[in-house]
Amino acid sequence: MTQLVLFNVFNGLIVGAFYALMALGLSLILNLSGVINFAHGGFLALGGYLAYMMIPYVGFWGALVFAPFVTAILGLIVERVLIRRVYGRDPLYSLLLTFGLAFMFEDGTRYIWGAQSLPFQVPGWLMAPLSVDYFFLTGYRLFMVLMVAIAVAGLFAILTYTRLGMRIRAGTLDLETVSVLGVNVRILRNLNFGLGIYLAGLAGVLAVGQLGLQPTIGTSLIMPSFVAIIVGGLGSLPGTLLGGLLIGVASGVTTVFFPSATEAVMYIMMAAVLLVRPRGLLGEEGRF
Amino acid sequence: MRGDDLQKRAATAIVWLLLIGAPYWLPAIGGYTELGTRVVVLGLAAMSLNFLLGYTGVLSFGHAAYFGLGAYGAGMTLRYLVPSTGLSVIIGTLVGTIAAAIIGPMIIRLRGVYFAMVTIAFGQTFYFIAFRWNTVTGGDDGLIGWTRQPLNLGFATIDILKSSVAFYYFVLVLFAVAVGIMAWLLRSPFGRTLLAIRENERRARFLGIPVDQHIWISWVISCCFVSLAGALYALLNNFVDPRTLYWSQSGDFVIMAVLGGMRSFWGPLLGAAIFVVLQDYLSSQTQNWMSFVGLFFVLVVLFFPRGVLGIIRRRATA
Repeated sequence: MTQLVLFNVFNGLIVGAFYALMALGLSLILNLSGVINFAHGGFLALGGYLAYMMIPYVGFWGALVFAPFVTAILGLIVERVLIRRVYGRDPLYSLLLTFGLAFMFEDGTRYIWGAQSLPFQVPGWLMAPLSVDYFFLTGYRLFMVLMVAIAVAGLFAILTYTRLGMRIRAGTLDLETVSVLGVNVRILRNLNFGLGIYLAGLAGVLAVGQLGLQPTIGTSLIMPSFVAIIVGGLGSLPGTLLGGLLIGVASGVTTVFFPSATEAVMYIMMAAVLLVRPRGLLGEEGRF
Repeated sequence: MRGDDLQKRAATAIVWLLLIGAPYWLPAIGGYTELGTRVVVLGLAAMSLNFLLGYTGVLSFGHAAYFGLGAYGAGMTLRYLVPSTGLSVIIGTLVGTIAAAIIGPMIIRLRGVYFAMVTIAFGQTFYFIAFRWNTVTGGDDGLIGWTRQPLNLGFATIDILKSSVAFYYFVLVLFAVAVGIMAWLLRSPFGRTLLAIRENERRARFLGIPVDQHIWISWVISCCFVSLAGALYALLNNFVDPRTLYWSQSGDFVIMAVLGGMRSFWGPLLGAAIFVVLQDYLSSQTQNWMSFVGLFFVLVVLFFPRGVLGIIRRRATA
């Protein structure tokens, strides 16, 4: 029993790490540009499929490096051509626009790579269990957690120590002032979007190693990311991280005791948080 | 001013004439009655959403939840409780309305994007319940094993099961009642207050209007009629699919409202008609209809943000 609970808590933590990685990207874009990117899941799936295409040429490690980059570049282009046009308009339009994009992404991946699940090869030594008793501790699972930790640490380092990060943080608080101070806000939003999509692409490569390649993989991950952002509090990146991990562990634990509520539990958590603390766990008061 | 009024009345009369005559002129242009019924049902859903979206200025992206609850409420009444179409519609509508009334207080203080996100996420809860609770809801396969029942009026029985035209008129009568109530509400002081909140929430608050309470009532009314549409949708198909609860369905409603024109009363109905016909056509022509629907969303946002009626009106005033 203990082992089962431990297994599911650990599993939940991994799932939560994914939610967090995806939600952080969404949160970055939402905070600076006020756009909920429904197509985020599409970019995630794209990252996974690009890695699948690259592996024969550059191997797993190469794909891990290059696939998120290519995804991010596509993100920059999509922002430049489409998303930019709805900034400053009613949030309704950005929702509908990215909603349409999400449809196109999902159908597009299905058209190009087929609806069936494709196998995704990760290096054999990563897949081996590390312990006989705790069979669930495969190398790949630990590796995923490690990668997410590195990515999150990298993101916070960029935001804290680089000029770009500082501008993003400042723009989140008051974009107009940042613009008046001579920062090119168009480029800032573009790069910020790219950064968010990079995280989605990375999450995609890591996710398909565990879950396999399916066109719907992105769509199934986007709703939990929303919940992670709401639970953690809008406008707070640490909150988003916390929210993602919390709902992951919560659904992991629920799997043990009440399997059919695995997905529903995170929404119940969200309702509870909204009742007690409408701004979310670490959200700032009065920002939204 | 009076000419404007006259024009509005003429437009309303034309809409009703078209709706009443639909079973007769639709086949003549290559349609069929069920398609007309679909337009009316989804049009009702989009118009109800627009009560909140266009007239109160609150962005809900989760109306599919209440649409789906209405559908499951109606379907499960017929499947498990009583074989009565009338009762199933009432129970379906009630289920959705009560759920909306309970969720309301948790969300009415939120605005804009935040409101949209939370309504989507709440909607997913019901989707997962319907999806996972196989024994009662049929899970992924949907709720089957029931049909709508002939309508017993006491003195006569109308067979809305076999005759799709009779069912169309049954739907149209309920549509008329719902739309009539919404139009009446919008003309009442309550409706004018909603417009005031949409135009300037802070000013409305300073005038002493209980804004949150008004938004809650508007939300419940909107969800009530969406549930009614959902119940009718279940009866139309004699089947309930968990995807009626899914968030992409909410997006469909919003695009219908935007496409037709959010600022006009009949706009969403026109949007629903365009959307239903387009989807019907695309899904018969290509397997990749999803891409085209997605592209359609993008094009509407970029080029027709005011909707069809919005463009016509602007032309007329310019």
